[in-house]
Amino acid sequence: MRIALLGLGSVGRGIARTILAKNLDITVTGLADSRSGIIDAGGIDLLAALARKEAGGPCGSPGVSPADVVAKADYDVLVEVTPTNVKTAEPALGHMRTALRRGKHVVTSNKGPIALAYPELRALAEANGVFLKYEATVCGAIPLIHGITEGLAGNTISRLSGVFNGTCNYILTRMAAEGLTYEQALAEARELGYAEADPTYDVEGIDAAIKLVILANTVLDMHATLDDVERTGITLLTPDALELAEDQDCTIRLIGEIIPGAGVLRVSPRIIPKAHPLVVEGTLNAVTVEADLAGDLTFIGKGAGSIETASAVIGDLLYIRERHVQGS
Amino acid sequence: MKLEMKDRPGQLVAALKPISAVGGNIIAVIHQRETPAATETLDVQIVLELPEGRLDNLLELLREQGVSVVRIGEERLLYECTLIMIGHLMHTDLSDTVDSIDRTGSAEVTGLSLVMPAINAPSSARITIRSTTRTEMAKAIRILRGVAEQKSLLIIEPLEGA
Repeated sequence: MRIALLGLGSVGRGIARTILAKNLDITVTGLADSRSGIIDAGGIDLLAALARKEAGGPCGSPGVSPADVVAKADYDVLVEVTPTNVKTAEPALGHMRTALRRGKHVVTSNKGPIALAYPELRALAEANGVFLKYEATVCGAIPLIHGITEGLAGNTISRLSGVFNGTCNYILTRMAAEGLTYEQALAEARELGYAEADPTYDVEGIDAAIKLVILANTVLDMHATLDDVERTGITLLTPDALELAEDQDCTIRLIGEIIPGAGVLRVSPRIIPKAHPLVVEGTLNAVTVEADLAGDLTFIGKGAGSIETASAVIGDLLYIRERHVQGS
Repeated sequence: MKLEMKDRPGQLVAALKPISAVGGNIIAVIHQRETPAATETLDVQIVLELPEGRLDNLLELLREQGVSVVRIGEERLLYECTLIMIGHLMHTDLSDTVDSIDRTGSAEVTGLSLVMPAINAPSSARITIRSTTRTEMAKAIRILRGVAEQKSLLIIEPLEGA
């Protein structure tokens, strides 16, 4: 199987390293970062490209743009793993449209296009007889989308609730365990690389809300936008509040919740018994799916990380190869 | 329970008296005249807490007063919900916040633990609300959320079903 890989950040490098380390029979014929690109039908030397990247340089030639790679390279699947733009989803959205129109499958970890333009992209994929897969957009390594669409096919989902943001979960875990203030726990999360310099996207619940929109639109047949999500972040939480919860054998977690029947889409800090399966430690993610036939299922796993997110992308790629791609 | 009684002075009191006689606690009395002068009877709904096993005793006493019991609702324990509030709770009139729930008549604040750190720093409180039904609880929480929004307080609700 031949892929074009857009994005050589944490996720893109994780995919490249996995392809190098495991005998997956995946050939990269197009590669681009934000500044450069390479097109090579014979297969790109990933080790050399990673080395150039690690040295601080561009991965390929500055004369080749990501758009060139998408439009001109010879590949079966476009793997789009550039950073999320929640306002316009660009430039990823345009690249995906081009690839789908060319009859290429698309696999992505980019939340922007799936949250903003899923119906359009799905229609485009169907019209061209190709797959659009996005497992890595929600909860990193957890196979939640596959779990719901394949494993729970035929079930009706009455509620879906969970911990969708590892940064917030880390902060709340530390506030509860050590009595830290929000500011102290955030500073610690930054030092460990779990929080960005500007943590707004995580701590205000925006990241979790985008994941809810993706799940609502892709697997729950709702028609939601980010504005439909009622959203409260964790910035005002106090160590006292966590202690008050603790007195009753409970704690506080940032919970994303979807109740399809009632049209509820909500991200907010919630009181939850410490023994509840959604109370996971550190940066873990956890999601409970309430299904009519299967009952309650809770998925727990790593919601971020280079190799962990690559796992979800590789899973989608191999899924497509099993079902569709012929030849190399 | 829903009661039917003669529309005469003193009848309502006569119907309520047996409740305290058997050790019950009246939570709400709802009394509406829907079809004026259509009948000579009055429909009254009473929400009450009763010690176990006293219901038959109460029904007998009511019958003696000439009050007929039209319908008895599901016997169930009171609903309880614990929430946490964060913000300037004292400066925004905590007793008014509590009153907003108590005023409903069908839900009330039964517990409050308040932690106040340094002056001017936001305080945190755990608040326990009890109500007659799940619907009344949802209503009470909606009211509290409205008050919290006005007063810039953060309300942390439990994850339902958790």
